[in-house]
Order: sequence, then C-alpha cells, then structure tokens
Amino acid sequence: MTPLAGYLLLSALLFAIGLGGALARRNAIIVLIGIELMLNAANLNFIAFWRYGPNPEALTGILFVLFSIGIAAAEAAVGLAIIIAVYRHYRTTNLDRITSLKG
Amino acid sequence: MSAGFYVIAILIVGSAVAAMSLRNLVHCALSLAVTFAGLALAYLQLQAQFVGFAQVLVYVGAVAILIVFAILLTRGGDSEKEAILSPGWVWGLGIAALVFVVAGGAVVSSKLLPTVQRATPAATVKQIGDQLMTQYILPLEVIGLLLTAALIGAVIIAMRETEGGQ
Amino acid sequence: MDLAWVNLKHWLVGLAPAAAQPWFASLITVAALIGAFASLFAVTTLLERKGLGRMQNRYGPNRVGPFGLLQPIADGVKSLTKEDIVPRSADAVVHFLAPMVLVVPVFLALAVLPVGRNMAAVDLDAGVLFFFAVGAATELAVFMAGWSSRNKYSMLGAMRALAQMISYELPLILSAVTVIMAVGSLSTTEIVRAQSGYWGILPQWHVLTPWGFAGFILFMIAAAAESNRSPFDLPEGESEIIAGYYIEYSGFKFALFFLGEYIGMFAISGLGITLFLGGWTAPLSFLTWIPSWIWFFGKLLALICVFIWVRGTLPRLRMDQLMNFAWKFMLPLALINIVITGLWRFMPPGLMRWAVCAVLVVGPYVLLGQGLFRGNKFGPRTYRFADS
Repeated sequence: MTPLAGYLLLSALLFAIGLGGALARRNAIIVLIGIELMLNAANLNFIAFWRYGPNPEALTGILFVLFSIGIAAAEAAVGLAIIIAVYRHYRTTNLDRITSLKG
Repeated sequence: MSAGFYVIAILIVGSAVAAMSLRNLVHCALSLAVTFAGLALAYLQLQAQFVGFAQVLVYVGAVAILIVFAILLTRGGDSEKEAILSPGWVWGLGIAALVFVVAGGAVVSSKLLPTVQRATPAATVKQIGDQLMTQYILPLEVIGLLLTAALIGAVIIAMRETEGGQ
Repeated sequence: MDLAWVNLKHWLVGLAPAAAQPWFASLITVAALIGAFASLFAVTTLLERKGLGRMQNRYGPNRVGPFGLLQPIADGVKSLTKEDIVPRSADAVVHFLAPMVLVVPVFLALAVLPVGRNMAAVDLDAGVLFFFAVGAATELAVFMAGWSSRNKYSMLGAMRALAQMISYELPLILSAVTVIMAVGSLSTTEIVRAQSGYWGILPQWHVLTPWGFAGFILFMIAAAAESNRSPFDLPEGESEIIAGYYIEYSGFKFALFFLGEYIGMFAISGLGITLFLGGWTAPLSFLTWIPSWIWFFGKLLALICVFIWVRGTLPRLRMDQLMNFAWKFMLPLALINIVITGLWRFMPPGLMRWAVCAVLVVGPYVLLGQGLFRGNKFGPRTYRFADS
C-alpha cells in the first residue's frame, strides 16, 4: 500500500466517522463537531494529493486547504450562533425536540 | 509506510471516535481538539508546515474554543439521563459504513493513483505568499469578505433580543 | 566566546556514536534550553518577590540564604512535597492533563527563539506562525483547568481568562505582522539578521522607527495581557476571585501552572526582543565584542524587570475596561500601524517619511484617547470621615 493510499484511507475513515456521528447523535453541537470532522477529512485528502500527486510546485493543494480552513472557521461561527439562538428559543439543543416545522 | 504514520493514524481515528461517542459534551469537544492536533501532525508529516501551523492556530486555538463556549452557553452537560443516540441511529451508522466501504474500495482498487515516489516538494512561505498575491488574489479578497460577513452575521444572530423585552 | 555554546554542543555531539548523533544533538539542545529557562524562572521568582517588596517599601524574602538567594530552592521543595488534593467531584482525567497541556506548548514556543548567533534551536521557515500557533494551544489548557475543577469561581476565572486571551491575541498578532511586512519573512533568524546593521553607532532595530516603536508598545501590552500579568491579571487576582482557574490545584500541579505562566512570559518577551529589539545584536556598534547570547538574556532580564515594575505600580484593570481597551483602542491602533509600516516601506528614506509616520502614529493615539475616555469626568476628590 503506497503512502498516498494510506492517507486516502485514513481520510475516508475520518469522513465516515464524522458522517456517522452527525447522523446518529441527538445533540446539535455534536452534529456540528461531525461536520468539522468531515471538513478536516477533505483537507487531509487535498494535502495527501498535493504531496504525492503530479505537479506539487503549483501549491494548489496547500492553497485550497488554507481557504478551506478559513471557510470552516466562518461556518463554525455561524452554525454555533444559530444553535445558541435556537437554544434561547426552545431551551434545548436536542434535535428531536425542535419539530415545529414538521408537517 | 512509516511507524509515524501509523501512530498518527491511530491517534486521529481514536480521538475522532471518542469525539463522536462520548456522553459528556465537553469531553467530546476536547477529543475533537486532540483530533485537530493529530491532523496537524499529519500535515507536518506530509511536509506542509504552513498548513499544519495554520491548522493549530485556527482549529485548536479558535474553533475548538468556540465549540466549548457554545457548549457552556447552552448548558450541554445537564441532560444526564437522556439517550444520546437519535432514533434511527442504526441507519445513520449503516450509511456511514457504506460510505467508507465505497470510498475505501475505490482507493484500494484504483489504478489511477500515482505510484512514483517524488522528492519532498518545497512549499516555502514566500511561494505561498506569491501565489496568494498573484494567482489566487480573487479568492483571497472573497474570503476576506466572507469572513467579515460571517463575523457580523454570527454576532447579530447570537445577540440578545432587545433590552425592552428583558 | 560568542560561539562558546555552539562549540560545546559540537564537541559533546562528537563524543556520541555516529549513528545516534542527530538524536544526541537534539537532546542536548532541548536539555540546554530547558535548563537555561528553568534557572531563569527560579531567578525571576526571587527577583519578583524582592523587587515587589522593595517597591512596596518592605524587604522581600531574606531568611533562606544570604539576602534570601536560596528562596527558590525552598519554594521548589515546598511545592514538591505538598499534598496533591483533587476534589472528589472534579473530572479526574482533564484535571490531571491540564497542567501538562499548559506547560508543553510554552516550552515548544521557546524553540524558535534565536538566543544567540546561530543559536536558534529550530530554524523554521514559518517560525513566527509556529510561535502563535502554540500560543493559541495554551488557551485550551486554561479552559481545561477551569472547567475540570467543578468550582464556580474556577469556571468564572477560566472564562474571563479565555475572553482576555482571545481579545488580546489580535493586537499581538497584528503588531507582529508589521515586522513581518517590513522584513519579508516569517523566519525568526531572518528577522534578527535584518536588524543587524548599524547606522553609525545606532543599531537598525525596528523599535527605533516610528511604526516599530508603536508596534513594540502594542506588542508588550498585549503580551502582558496574554500571560495574565498584572495589570491584566483579573482572572487570577488573589483579592478578586481567590485564584481563578487554579484554585483547586495544589502542590506540584500548581507549581507547573506557575512555571507555565512564567515561561510563557519569557517566551513572549523573547519574541518581542526578536521582532523589535534586534534579538542578539548589540545596541551600539562598538559593543559587538560582547557575546550575542549575553545580549539576548540581558534584554530579556530588562523586559522582565519592566514587567515586575509595571506589576508593582499599576492597579488591576476591570473586566469591561480590559475588553474595551483591547477592542476599541489597541485594535484600531494596530491596524493603523500596519498602514504606517506600508507607508514607511514605500516612501524614500529621509526626514519626510520620519515626519509623516511620526504624525500618523501619534495622531490617532491622541484622538482615540480623547474620544474614548472623554466620558470619564472626575470632579475634585471629596473626603468623608466617620465622625462627621
């Protein structure tokens, strides 16, 4: 197994763990943690391909990951602000209780 | 595959599983911080030092603390007796396992992956700066705008309602 | 004499078998760094207590040795032999790990400081970014300490400390960005090398330029706030909140927190010296025969004395005063400083750029000061006595 395949498998495993946690847990903040894990798995994928792929001099992988880190930070801030605003209204972060839009 | 890769991989996967499955929310957030640190070590292993340091600075130093503050502001540690898994968690875990099997299978059986070993590419800060200022100047400006909008939006969303209602 | 330590290290490495030499070299560097800064920590604890004592018109500790010089040994023995009490409702794992998560990053941060000529432990291409990254990692340790003790005062102290550290990180990093702009590199050895010239007898340090002077003052104020030093020590003030986030720690763990805080202060002063005060270069061009590491540690001791002096002089800032100061005063000044650095870089050298940049530094400072603190009008002081 080449090093690139090892890192890609690690990235796929991290993505699957994040996805499983985001789908299976009740608390809104844990879902956000799962989303952050998925973003990080994608970043790892980019850096692995930058290192072992063709044309690493173009620095495309590194720059993509830098922008991705910035966007993930902004998204975490807005997501947590929404969770806090929802908590202030519903007094809970349990996703199964926030059902007033349910048909 | 060096021993370093296996150690970092076990650290990352172990702390990610802990972050997703612990009951106490603050423990989950701290395991997430350990995952971020493990990923920074993986980036250093892959010779991407700037990204590794930026990962620690942004994720461990800001996002993890943001998550911790949100847990404390929403009284995350209070529900001791409720179940932590949502109904239908079996389907969630099943889908995640399916995604891993498909992606992992694609990686292992792929013939398109480059197999020639390259020397370490040089990614000095000066080169990254040059690229940011010449080829990627538009995304740089857009991300500045996006971060400003996100900052203002987050403050407005999480701000308390008008003082008259208190 | 200048390269004495480097030659000593090479000789010691030469004694080891050839296969293990890289490991041995790293081990010697790490041991030397830890030894030097830990002994500086011991000296500083004594210096602080005696200095504060003299400023408060009393002797400091003077029982243990001649003039109290063996006091650090007594402190060390005390902290090692005190009983280690962990509250029953505390979160054991996090409570145990918090001191370690504090101490390890601050020692890591010492690795990029160029202590002398050719004496930086690691010459990273992105040295300054590495320093700020590990500085950000210490904030998590503060939260872990405060939350795991399950004590309201502890949690409150930790939240205040976190808010303070996050708020002051921005002026800190922005004033460092001005230096990075002027030098064009993130590597600490490169930054010191850019300051090693001389105009006549005066050094080309960054602090002797208008933007560098403003940047140095902003950096030092933000550094005091980052290390929770007085007058920014509300999160750990003894008279306000008992001891803040390390209430429930005793014995060796408390000593580790103390050590981490002081070594953090040394590390950030060291970075300030590297960025603004010329690192290991001599202040006057005819003094370069004195070894470089003596200059670095001399400047570090001078900055530590300034910190102790400020601690003994100024009263503590309240939490809202602290946050206002960071966001409304220091952040705009740091941003204006970046603009001034750009102007300095692109104007031709001469009196004109000195005049323009000096006016642009002093002007906003005065205007902001007037504008922000105009509301606090104080009348003449009146006294009320008990018998009236």
